[in-house]
Amino acid sequence: MKMAGFLLLIAGWAIVVSAVALLPSAGARVAFVLAGVAVELFGLGLAVRAHLVLPAEGE
Amino acid sequence: MVPLAGAGLALVNTGLGRARSAAHSMVAALCVMAVAALVYAIVGFAWQGIAGHPGHALVVAGKAWGWIAAEPFFLRGLRLGLSPTALVILLQVFGVGLAGLVPLSSGADRWRLGAICASTVLLAGFTYPLFAHWVWGGGWLAQLGANCGLGRGFVDGGGSSTIQVVGGLTALSMTWILGPRRGKFSAEGMPAALPGHNAVLVLLGCMLAWMGWMALNSAGAMLFAGAETGRVPLIAVNTTLCAAASAVAAAVVTRVRFERPDASLTANGWVAGLVASSAAAAFLKPAAAMIVGGVAGILVVTAADFLEFQLAIDDPGGAVSVHALGGLWGVLAVASLADAGPHGQWLAQLVGIATLLGCVLPLTYTLNWGLDRMYRQRVEREGEAQGMDLFELGAGAYPEFDIRGDEFLQK
Repeated sequence: MKMAGFLLLIAGWAIVVSAVALLPSAGARVAFVLAGVAVELFGLGLAVRAHLVLPAEGE
Repeated sequence: MVPLAGAGLALVNTGLGRARSAAHSMVAALCVMAVAALVYAIVGFAWQGIAGHPGHALVVAGKAWGWIAAEPFFLRGLRLGLSPTALVILLQVFGVGLAGLVPLSSGADRWRLGAICASTVLLAGFTYPLFAHWVWGGGWLAQLGANCGLGRGFVDGGGSSTIQVVGGLTALSMTWILGPRRGKFSAEGMPAALPGHNAVLVLLGCMLAWMGWMALNSAGAMLFAGAETGRVPLIAVNTTLCAAASAVAAAVVTRVRFERPDASLTANGWVAGLVASSAAAAFLKPAAAMIVGGVAGILVVTAADFLEFQLAIDDPGGAVSVHALGGLWGVLAVASLADAGPHGQWLAQLVGIATLLGCVLPLTYTLNWGLDRMYRQRVEREGEAQGMDLFELGAGAYPEFDIRGDEFLQK
């Protein structure tokens, strides 16, 4: 899950950069940037979940 | 005056940590500043560079996207007299040290001194210069305005993103890699309160940081955001108002929630206001600076609780909530509250935030995780029980006082 989270973070960033670099229309650019950020947030959520410390591990 | 910001952060970090690790915390701060300055001068500046100087760029759709600089190592061949290059290097030596100080507070009481220095090498030698080149060195984020018509490109005058968020995301990575302090979470997952040992140090640190931040924001805005010298008084006023509003907001929120203001969270509110002010201090009206600060103060108190209770993140000094979240809010404030700039500024700031989360966080986590595989970063169990001062330095910060052990912790 940790790996998936970080891969999603990178994938979201790739969507954002590609949208800004390659899309000429402002509307499509905004839509894809927002979609990329959403993918990143999902990845961040997964990374956070993967690091939730079980009580036994914390000790 | 910028080094005062470093002195302030070091005192805040130390005061929020345990008494038995106080000397370790201050020595670690000094080592971080030293290692960061050396590594930055040897390789860091070569990757970061200055706008208009040589660099490597990718050509996409006919436009150049600068991704890394190509300056000489060891600062060789640079004109270091009274030139903009010399001023940028001077400010960056301080800036990279500040970024290195941020994760110290998240790893307090369990992060080995040698590992702290090694981690600082990675930060000052690669992570920081790479992102700083993109923002301050004429890289692709700075070029978003010229290349894609997005406002003035990504704007961050004083380092809310380059210094604070980069440091804050490294702090988040370290809390994950190091894990929580022993005894922090009970068997049921409830966090124990491990209060800072010296509120006086924390509050004095806030005062020093204020001085340093006014200089940092002024110098950064002039060198990297094209602000004129005449804007310095406005920048200082906005920095102060932002910190003041943030501290008051944090005090009020803690007063409402806990029936009395909390000293450490109010101090964290003050620092979060300074952090949030950095990006936009040169472009805000004073009333807008107060709004930026007020939001930062509420954000830091709310986030500190959420991170500890919901996400089980043990961050003794609040580096993640203060520097990462405060800095991200500062970057957004440029688009939402700064004097109206060209169209598309929102998108440029959003791309910068996406880069921090999608590139800098995985990069800094991977580098530190790899370091941890080769050289364990967390101190041995015995060291944590004994305290970092005695275990790593052989002497405590307060030899004439009794230092409390772990008797008060929940089992």
